[in-house]
Amino acid sequence: MVKKTSVSKEKIDLIKEKAKMSRLETINLIAKAKSGHYGSSFSSSEIFATLYYHVMNYDPKNPQWADRDRFVMGKGHSAVGMYPILADVGFFPKEELETYTDVGSPFGDHPDMNKIKGIDFSSGSIGHGLSVGVGMSLGARVDGKNYRSYILMGDGELQEGQVWEAAMSAPNHKLGNLIAIIDNNKVTVDGVTEELMNVNPIKEKWQSFGWNVVEVDGHDVEALIETFDNLPSPDSEIPTVIICDTVAGKGVSFMEHGYEWHVANLGEDDMKKAIKEIKGGF
Amino acid sequence: MAATTFHKDTWELYKSMESSKQLTVGEKLAKLGDDHPEVVALCADLGKPTRLWDFGKEFPDRFFNFGLAEKNMVTAAAGLASTGKTPFVATYASFLGVLAAENIRTAVAYTNQNVRLVGTHTGIAMGFYGSSHHATEDISITRAMANMTVISPADGAALAEMVEESVKSYQGPIYFRVSRGREEPVYQKEASDVQNKIGKANILRDGTDLTIIACGIEVNEALKAAEELSEENISVRVIDMHTIKPMDTEAVYNAARETGAILTVEEHNIQGGLGSAVSEVLMESGINCKFKRHGFYDEYSLIGKPYYLYKHYKLNGEGIGSVAQEFLNQ
Repeated sequence: MVKKTSVSKEKIDLIKEKAKMSRLETINLIAKAKSGHYGSSFSSSEIFATLYYHVMNYDPKNPQWADRDRFVMGKGHSAVGMYPILADVGFFPKEELETYTDVGSPFGDHPDMNKIKGIDFSSGSIGHGLSVGVGMSLGARVDGKNYRSYILMGDGELQEGQVWEAAMSAPNHKLGNLIAIIDNNKVTVDGVTEELMNVNPIKEKWQSFGWNVVEVDGHDVEALIETFDNLPSPDSEIPTVIICDTVAGKGVSFMEHGYEWHVANLGEDDMKKAIKEIKGGF
Repeated sequence: MAATTFHKDTWELYKSMESSKQLTVGEKLAKLGDDHPEVVALCADLGKPTRLWDFGKEFPDRFFNFGLAEKNMVTAAAGLASTGKTPFVATYASFLGVLAAENIRTAVAYTNQNVRLVGTHTGIAMGFYGSSHHATEDISITRAMANMTVISPADGAALAEMVEESVKSYQGPIYFRVSRGREEPVYQKEASDVQNKIGKANILRDGTDLTIIACGIEVNEALKAAEELSEENISVRVIDMHTIKPMDTEAVYNAARETGAILTVEEHNIQGGLGSAVSEVLMESGINCKFKRHGFYDEYSLIGKPYYLYKHYKLNGEGIGSVAQEFLNQ
């Protein structure tokens, strides 16, 4: 198959900028909440931005549009990195995020489909997301619709047994319209995934479950675009998993690779340093 | 009384074709399927024992077998519901209301999806299969979930009527708690003079000395007990409280005021089940009324053939009658 992308340099630069924006807004939002998931939001920033500024079909003015592509965050704790993007693409005014974590706010650490426009399914209980995607993809089949369901999971999430129930069922139900995305940032709350409860070899596991497996650098926007642009047709029968090689805390030197920053609260000095690095690189 | 088609000791079948007549979900959905394209059905390798297959054979493109993977099935049903479907999920209650409880809570109840969960073979109906296959906690678990409606129909006719209502007009998640399908019917299947309606209790027999509030297959046993007690000149009202949540509180208030004594009967732990739900309503009403819960007294059932187990735990008509007399004599 000849791989193709038709994306301009401007578009690629835009997606990179939006990934930066997600990281910067994440820092602002967590500063307000005084606790939050930096590491796993930053590892997903380019994935979020590529999906919402290039890949997915949706209509912010009609969030329940029946033909839209779906996105479910199995690793719901990365929502803080996604809210700024949903606001930016027009699902709700950015000012609404100022209520983040306040009593009665729609915006908490994990996303709620009944409170936030643009959230296709509530999440937070790790391991549910892929099953939700199986259901959504079956729904598309029943209705004869051509949308895809994109399900983002962490590598730690693969420790949940339900993921493998879902992984078994998707090829069985011939769901080529289901796309699993693994943010393989290699850390969980308590430590390094490989040491704590090894999920490797990830690629071979999914292959043996009958999935089409693609590997990509999860921070390389051009590579992500090329991967998403070359997905099998939604009416095909084999689901695809995209294993994204990512870095927890990507973009901030002292956070990168550190499981200590999975949930944390930056002090004032560290916050300034982090913002400077995200804006200008390090 | 309808002739039984199963062996009274084992509940195993005389004739396989007569299997599980009261498990009417699949049959009812098959009738509704053409007019309701939003109805889909999911099972976990128990499509035939739950008789959900009656829908599947008519609508194979809307019937999904998930194998032995209940958590995935329940959560996928929630995903399907988010696309506008009304999924019916059926498996044994021990593997649905108990095993998949967190999935029901987080993916179905919290998100308030139109998923209909049908936990069959509940209570101790599985007899000597043992406690892993019994479900004496499922009412308690599911009624603790916000948004969830909990229904325990007395028989297949009642189940079919409320399944139809749930397809045509009911919003939000429902847990149907259903027996093994081999029990004696309470309502006539055709032209029933009582229409089961979600949230509305049925008074099946009036009385003045005691009210027995029952659900599921214990409704029929309560009616038998009431008949026996009438021979002792004890006048018993029998209420089929098929909808445990939201409860028909008026039916409880009236029973308390008019009979002064309430006995609840369920094949469930008395902690958290129908009896607990009725007691909550009663205590908050301020109405003075004698009250007792009957069911499993915070214990797991012995194993045994169902007929003898129900007898042992005084969950048959005769047993309920003796419990009622003892209660009234206290």
